[in-house]
Amino acid sequence: MNYRSYGMLNKETIISSFSKLLLFSFLILSGSDAIAQSNDDCLTCHGDNTLTAKKNGKTISVYVNSKELKASVHGDVQCVDCHVDLAKSDFPHKTNVAPAQCGACHDDEQTQYAQGIHGKRIAKGDPLAPRCQTCHGSHNITDIKSQSSAVAPIKIPFLCGSCHREGAPVQVQRKIPESHILENYSESLHGVALLQKGLAVAPNCASCHSPHKILPPSDPQSTIARQNIAATCTKCHAEIETVHRKIIKGKLWEKTPHVLPVCIDCHPPHKIQKVLYEQSVANQDCLNCHGRTNLKSKDGRSMFVDVVQLQNSIHSQVSCSQCHNTVNPSLERPCTGITSKVDCSICHAQEGDQFSSSIHGQLLAKNDPNAPSCEECHGSHHVLSHTNPVSPTFHTNIPSLCAKCHREGEPAAVRYTGKEHDIIHNYVESIHGKGLLKSGLTVTATCTDCHTAHHELPHTDPTSSVNRKNIAATCGRCHYGIEKQLENSVHSPTVTKTDKKLPVCNDCHSAHQISRTDAAGFRLSIMTICGNCHTKYAESYFDTYHGQVSRLGYAKTAKCWDCHGSHDILPVENPDSHLSFQNKVQTCKKCHEGATRQFAGYFTHATHHEPVKYPIMFWTFWGMTGLLVGTFFIAGVHTLLWLPRSIQYRKELKKKLSQGDEDSES
Amino acid sequence: MEDKEEKILETEERPVELHTIKKEKLQFQRFTRLNRVLHILMIVSFISLALTGMTLKFSYTGWAVFLSHLLGGFESAGYIHRFFAFVMVSVFITHLIDLFKMKRREKKTLRQLIFSPDSMMFNKKDVKDIIGTLKWFIGMGERPHYGRWTYWEKFDYFAVFWGIFVIGSTGLTLWFPETMTSILPGWFINVATIIHSDEALLATGFIFTVHFFNTHLRPEKFPMDIVIFSGRTSLAEYKIDRPAEYKELLDSGRLEDFLVEPYPPIVIRAIKVFGWIALSLGFSIIVWIIYAMIFAYR
Repeated sequence: MNYRSYGMLNKETIISSFSKLLLFSFLILSGSDAIAQSNDDCLTCHGDNTLTAKKNGKTISVYVNSKELKASVHGDVQCVDCHVDLAKSDFPHKTNVAPAQCGACHDDEQTQYAQGIHGKRIAKGDPLAPRCQTCHGSHNITDIKSQSSAVAPIKIPFLCGSCHREGAPVQVQRKIPESHILENYSESLHGVALLQKGLAVAPNCASCHSPHKILPPSDPQSTIARQNIAATCTKCHAEIETVHRKIIKGKLWEKTPHVLPVCIDCHPPHKIQKVLYEQSVANQDCLNCHGRTNLKSKDGRSMFVDVVQLQNSIHSQVSCSQCHNTVNPSLERPCTGITSKVDCSICHAQEGDQFSSSIHGQLLAKNDPNAPSCEECHGSHHVLSHTNPVSPTFHTNIPSLCAKCHREGEPAAVRYTGKEHDIIHNYVESIHGKGLLKSGLTVTATCTDCHTAHHELPHTDPTSSVNRKNIAATCGRCHYGIEKQLENSVHSPTVTKTDKKLPVCNDCHSAHQISRTDAAGFRLSIMTICGNCHTKYAESYFDTYHGQVSRLGYAKTAKCWDCHGSHDILPVENPDSHLSFQNKVQTCKKCHEGATRQFAGYFTHATHHEPVKYPIMFWTFWGMTGLLVGTFFIAGVHTLLWLPRSIQYRKELKKKLSQGDEDSES
Repeated sequence: MEDKEEKILETEERPVELHTIKKEKLQFQRFTRLNRVLHILMIVSFISLALTGMTLKFSYTGWAVFLSHLLGGFESAGYIHRFFAFVMVSVFITHLIDLFKMKRREKKTLRQLIFSPDSMMFNKKDVKDIIGTLKWFIGMGERPHYGRWTYWEKFDYFAVFWGIFVIGSTGLTLWFPETMTSILPGWFINVATIIHSDEALLATGFIFTVHFFNTHLRPEKFPMDIVIFSGRTSLAEYKIDRPAEYKELLDSGRLEDFLVEPYPPIVIRAIKVFGWIALSLGFSIIVWIIYAMIFAYR
């Protein structure tokens, strides 16, 4: 049973009680042959207020106040209707009377009671366990709606508290996980409303624990079992989900109480307050120990928590126990309940999901010692918003954050077996790195813009943001216009159906070394990149003046995309192509101002190696080669014949010249 | 068409007073000052054109990249190339003007200019000389009595005419492609590139091997013959080298008109330094060509 339906069912119970009463009376009247003791018969003896009896060796009063009985809800019920074992006995009846049988009429409540901890303890003979009359009274039971009822809402805390207060035998001798229940409750939001403000609808003990089927939280059927807590609280706090949307996302709270915090993790039972955390496992309680700078764990780690740092963090409004949610306030040292690291996904569910499927999360799950957890990047008690410039996750700080592991020589770079090396250095020198770090443009792409913040995956993974399939979309997040151009170009898989690898952004621009496209280095390297696929055209390009100048290392000449376009390359047959008949002259004019249709007839990829395609050039080349070879052949033969003769002639000449000298001297 | 009828008096070297200086010390002057200056300019422009042009032709070699950067980049190399093309064409035109001035001065007809025995034009004697030379090479005869110009000198001379025409015209096409294609089809630029480049290869290859051997490296002249710079050669050597011309001059009694005082040693040394630089550059270019065409060609 629950609080909300309690009152309603109560009415039903009363109605059903009445009908049963009528039925019972009818049976009694019709069975006139049975011995019928009237109440007056009973009161003949029990109306004497000195009447006592011995029970379990104790003398107890067995006086029944007839006025009270008459005024009670059971005023019209015959004594024997409850004391059924006396119905057929003679007077004076035996002394060892069985307890009144409430279940004869209240069978639902009886069943629930029997299933509850109170009923079970009774069955085991626990003398401290309560029976019906412990709470409801016996002959003086009044209407539950009456303020005088022993179970009127406003009395319930004290009723329960009579056993569950500090120092009571139950609280001392039985295993009750909570302490100071009555005190805490009466100071809590619920208690104040009920007891101080007299708000009868404010929850009392029975509202949460149910009136009859009270069970310990460890019992899965209990209304306060972890998985049922949300359902119990939402009986009243029906719209609480919208308030806690970020955490519970609709019904998630009830579905996954093992992952998500349940109500009582933040709003401790019996202590529920508007300003809840001061009264729960308050930060101050934690800081009593953790505020000490020299506090160390057994294995020597510092357990000091800098409160100033914490207060300046984005979690300044979050209490210790919201993250360290396994803290248990009912333990002597609540923090002994903390056995695992903080699971940030209890609040940051989406990020948590992304992270656990990322390579970082996968490695962490495999207990890789180098795998980063949330803390590695975000810090622990000093977590700052990524919009805060001093946060390690601020846009401009991300490269150095990732560098901690991905710099050459660091664990992630050592573990990595792919082709990208020196990525941090390369990034810093890249256009993105310069934009971010030198120009301070926070909109410039940093590591997380391409690799995502929490869902990093190797490029080989089809769901990776840097997978070939997804690269264009990833770059397109910033370079939207370029992505659209590429989508309609000859390099788009939607335009060109081929088995061959079509280029994606990083094939031409690289991954971490992206440079300005007007930088000489890029302009020169692009030819090699185009040439990777368009081998023949690249080769023939290098046979032309443009290619030769490029090969010398100068960018100031037509490169592939100066003529073909870059992201909007189209087949020459397409009128929109830069090299279509309509556009070709205009394209040449970009550099050659005086270009004409005739000028555009220049073969930009001509080679003298193709007699069919370029016969004039082929024959010109061979004509020239023939001339060259012929000339050198004749001259070569002439020279070779001359050489030996000349050696001989040198000697002759010397002799002649010395003779001549002698002649002239003589 | 070069003609030694030209009066030595017009050169800067004054005819020596024969009675003051011993006749044996005098040298024979083969080239006028203008011709020597033109040849020096020709050497400078030719080597410059070769070096700058080949950075493009052999752009795939590291040498080309190095040289191109040394020259200040492809644009700067282009300016140098065009400047020296202008110099070379100027040399050519100056020479033609010089020829026609001489024709007018000596009141010769064009026919006389071309067909005189001292002309650069091939004549019957050259055919005889070629046959005689080949015989001499294989030991079947004496060294022919060469005249003012040998046939291989005449070949070199006309090679320049051919080269200036072929390389110059295609070079202009490449210099002004937009203008040229208003008359010529676009593909002519491609053709012009091939002709320009291959003809240049022929020219440099020929000059730096055959011409170098014929004039400088053949053993009797080794390592170089500086006559083109000094214009002078010893009379004794001249007598043996060009017996036909010597005989003619001796017979006509004009020999003494060509005798001049030798240059002082400092001038000779300067000439040799220049000669060595030119020779080394020429050889370097040959080594580069061979390397580029045989070992680096892709």
